[in-house]
Amino acid sequence: MRHLIDITDLTVGEIDELISVSERIIDDRQSFSDICKGKKIATLFFEPSTRTRLSFEAAMLELGGSVLGFASADSSSASKGESVSDTVRTVGCYADIIAMRHPKEGAPMAASKYSPVPIINAGDGGHNHPTQTLADLLTIQREKKRLDSFTIGFCGDLMFGRTVHSLINALSRYENIKFIFISPEELRLPAYIKEDTLNKKGIPFTEVERLERVIPMLDILYMTRVQRERFFNEADYVRLKDSYILEPQKLLSAKKDLSILHPLPRVNEISHNIDDDPRACYFKQVLNGKYIRMALILKLLGLEG
Amino acid sequence: MKIDEIQNGIVLDHIKAGNSMKIYKYLDLDRLDCTVALIRNVKSNKMGKKDIIKIDSPIEINLDILGYIDSGITVNIIKNCILTGKHHLELPEKLTNVLRCRNPRCITTEESNLDSVFRLTDRENCVYRCEYCEAESV
Repeated sequence: MRHLIDITDLTVGEIDELISVSERIIDDRQSFSDICKGKKIATLFFEPSTRTRLSFEAAMLELGGSVLGFASADSSSASKGESVSDTVRTVGCYADIIAMRHPKEGAPMAASKYSPVPIINAGDGGHNHPTQTLADLLTIQREKKRLDSFTIGFCGDLMFGRTVHSLINALSRYENIKFIFISPEELRLPAYIKEDTLNKKGIPFTEVERLERVIPMLDILYMTRVQRERFFNEADYVRLKDSYILEPQKLLSAKKDLSILHPLPRVNEISHNIDDDPRACYFKQVLNGKYIRMALILKLLGLEG
Repeated sequence: MKIDEIQNGIVLDHIKAGNSMKIYKYLDLDRLDCTVALIRNVKSNKMGKKDIIKIDSPIEINLDILGYIDSGITVNIIKNCILTGKHHLELPEKLTNVLRCRNPRCITTEESNLDSVFRLTDRENCVYRCEYCEAESV
């Protein structure tokens, strides 16, 4: 039985297959519309989420299956002190597959050791969020028609951003990718990712403080939110905050085929004036997230068609 | 100082000086009824000084714990006063219920029924990470 806990649980070949199945779904949704008839997904969300939970539920419904679950720990037996292992052993009696979000890091991994059905990590604290990474990869593939040979800039909070870490990890397995990390010094990428993922594989990267300096070089810009409370002092926040807000002015020097991604939700880091720019891909990313979750459900249920 | 030879048991040799008490504790040697000799700061040509532990009973010992604490240790098996086996240790790939994760956000800090598992991720620098949250051992 397969689970998806970390993006590296999937080989590059398997990610290519998921992308290929997603594209078949996008081209012909009708032929997948009852492939999961009689199957159920349980969405066990021990902390609130709008996008990810609804995306999993919409994915299963579009495959002809059905959905059960809970949307917060308060409405589950966790509030009575039940362990994750007991919860999944119980829910595994009712559902064919489980998507789990949990505030504790490693909870889906713990669940996978006891569950009688496949577990999908739908986010565990600040640790992993592999299905967001799959959505990011499908979006890059659809926009660029490739997953290699480009320059990608990650902008914002690179220290605590789990989607950033996971995507860097995934992209480090493809050829000829240049990484540019744009963040205030306090929120730089953790040293262990630079060491373990990039330096060991000899992958080039640069770190800068200002987006304006590097935007002309980018093929993809992955924006994340910079939170005021992450800064050590107010002066640095005031000095740097505008550098991490994407406005039309900053895009003047960008490539015409730049792709702007964001895992959402955004607060103010991407101006709403950019939403209609053809380079803005973040809402396509949301839709792609549903399609690749459909492909993932099929794969883990052994129904690839 | 004279410490008698053991008849049937184990000699842990080439322990880095100062590590023997740690090993004594990790292997729960205080629970044994047999003779246990802990010899510290023995002169050594190779190491300058070293520690040695002699256990006069053929007990099972957890080589993973030993390898983690000090991979330079040599384990000598003695039967009827004769050396019958010699093992050189290395860092184990996986440690189960030896270390506890110190990351307060890790699921293992909340659910005590879970085995605490650490995996070796960098042999050169002896880095172990929690299997659940990937936090480095401290």
